[in-house]
Amino acid sequence: MERTPIAKAINAGLRAAMERDPRVLLMGEDIGRLGGVFRVTDGLQKDFGEHRVLDTPLAEAGIVGTALGMALRGYRPVCEIQFNGFVYPAFSQIVTQLAKLRARSRGRLSVPVVIRMPAGGGIGSVEHHSESPEVLFAHTAGLRVVYPSTAHDAYWMVQQSIASADPVLFLEPERRYWEKGDVDTSLAPGQVAPLHRARVLRPGSDATLVAYGPTVKLALDAAAEAAREGTELEVVDLRSISPLDVDTVAESVRRTGRLVVVQEAPVFHGAGAEVAARIQESCFYSLEAPVKRVGGYHLPYPAARVEEHYLPTVDRVLDAVEQALAA
Amino acid sequence: MTDAAVGPARARGEEMVQLLDATGARREHPGYDVHLEPDEALDVLRELVLLRRLDAEAEALQRQGQLGLWAGSRGQEAAQVGAARALRRQDHVFPSYRDHGFLLARGVDPLHVLSLFRGVDHGGWDPVAHGVHPYTLVIAAQMLPAVGYAMGVQRDGAVGTGDPGRDTAVLVCFGDGATSQGEAAEALNWAAVYNAPVVFLCQNNQWAISEPVRQQSPVPLHRRAEGAGMPGVRVDGNDVLAVLAVVRAAAERARSGGGPTFVEAYTYRMGAHTTADDPTRYRDAAEVDAWRERDPIDRFRTHLRALGVLDDAAERAIQQEADAFAERLRAGVPQMPDPHPASMFEHAYAEPHPQVLAERDEFLAAWARHEQDEQLGSTVGGDR
Repeated sequence: MERTPIAKAINAGLRAAMERDPRVLLMGEDIGRLGGVFRVTDGLQKDFGEHRVLDTPLAEAGIVGTALGMALRGYRPVCEIQFNGFVYPAFSQIVTQLAKLRARSRGRLSVPVVIRMPAGGGIGSVEHHSESPEVLFAHTAGLRVVYPSTAHDAYWMVQQSIASADPVLFLEPERRYWEKGDVDTSLAPGQVAPLHRARVLRPGSDATLVAYGPTVKLALDAAAEAAREGTELEVVDLRSISPLDVDTVAESVRRTGRLVVVQEAPVFHGAGAEVAARIQESCFYSLEAPVKRVGGYHLPYPAARVEEHYLPTVDRVLDAVEQALAA
Repeated sequence: MTDAAVGPARARGEEMVQLLDATGARREHPGYDVHLEPDEALDVLRELVLLRRLDAEAEALQRQGQLGLWAGSRGQEAAQVGAARALRRQDHVFPSYRDHGFLLARGVDPLHVLSLFRGVDHGGWDPVAHGVHPYTLVIAAQMLPAVGYAMGVQRDGAVGTGDPGRDTAVLVCFGDGATSQGEAAEALNWAAVYNAPVVFLCQNNQWAISEPVRQQSPVPLHRRAEGAGMPGVRVDGNDVLAVLAVVRAAAERARSGGGPTFVEAYTYRMGAHTTADDPTRYRDAAEVDAWRERDPIDRFRTHLRALGVLDDAAERAIQQEADAFAERLRAGVPQMPDPHPASMFEHAYAEPHPQVLAERDEFLAAWARHEQDEQLGSTVGGDR
């Protein structure tokens, strides 16, 4: 496949899953004729019909709640939540029903529902369109939370999420939707990296940068910048927030001795805190410096004209790296 | 005087389907009728009696400390037994948490619901085998999944085929309090938009813990249906024949592809909300007494006596079965083993989750260590 934007890669992944399995359905607001507000489902209703691509009433609890019911009947619904900040009407269905039904029924019921949503900021939008709610879901046992950063991963991870027997929150980095990357669609299923495996995107020996979703590109940019000054940063893309591939990060930190975690979500109680805690547990004696975290502030997401000051930047990442290297 | 105290016959001047009046006399209704053969009629009485007995035994077991809590069904037997009888084997029920009558009717061992209230599990029955979803404790949260399940039924082509063994209805239970939830409004709307084969069975038992139904809604609950675009029917929930007739028609409508129906079964919660509740703080004894006069089981029993279907021998046989049933519950509950502590790790995820697996291993190691310490401690203690 030629270089493909992330949005189109997800579209192709959805298409492949729908072709493979007639039980796969798409549900959401404006996903049919319009193709979704980000056009991620463009053309799918035309090709698969209204029966498989459902433009639903405007009710997020309804989307997730009915998807759960259809999953009980053997279907594999993929829900689109139009924007991250609109997921909360569905929060009760996700947390009290979707996440717990398997445990409640002692494994007798499975609810393989995928909930896709654009996440993160940086698109100059209005309130509720730029949030990073990943840890709200990662903190809920029973859910899986993944967050691809590249077109290749987006293509494969959406298919792996649909194939999972567990409910999966699939976050899409909205400001990266139109960034292109190579997608190798020719891989056999066994050749694709497991859904929850982190990946080293750039090798380096001086410090480890851990990022996920939209901050992966930021980390790579920071690493390129640092390299010009002679500092070699290793960049690890987490890809999955729950479960967390601690081993891949630990293996890197044991070599570099220094760790900086970069996320868009508020640092306070964020995914970076979990990574930091796990790393000090598993490789305390390899650490040469305290783990640094770079991310959003503990604030309601600010108005668009100041979001560039809220979101992590290359400069903030390099400042953190500098502090880690100085320690 | 509350609406509840006015009683079902005059409730807000709303029409209410009734086939047996409060004295047990048979009434005609232009839209609904039902005929039961003597054997089936006795079986309905038997289910009513067993359900009431389950409630009494469970309440006693809770008082003895054998159950952590019990949410009683006393007073609502006709609404549950009548509605459950209207269903076919392939139909699917989404209960709330005091819908024990549906479990009995669908062949679930009542110990599997007592295990929930004992804290052994969250309900031990097989939802697929019995066609009964696990109990849902979050108010109204079962309604949207029920609608989704019904949409799945539609997709499977199990609606409107005319095959009585294939066409499928979904029945979802909820109470008067649940109608205030946003998800209830969404579920009604969604079902109507997709013409889903759902029966919305609202057991209006007049009380949401301490809040009377007038605090939930200024309009009779069945009239919610009109705004959603589906028929709404109020039925005397203490009249097992009327509930059976109305739910049977609604389920048949669903199965044939006619779409959803809202049924309000007008009934009364005779007991406390749960064993943790004290209804004397918020409702008058006179109101409860007034409803006692409309007891659903007495009413049906009187009717069967008048028909000559029920005689002393048949009554004795039912009571003997109820005694044996109660004995089994009393014996079974205290013998329920606690689950193995590590079993809590078993079903959080279908596929392995490394963090959960690691926590399980840590738990097991710590548990083994502490067990060992305890054994060691008790040996030392014995020596002293």
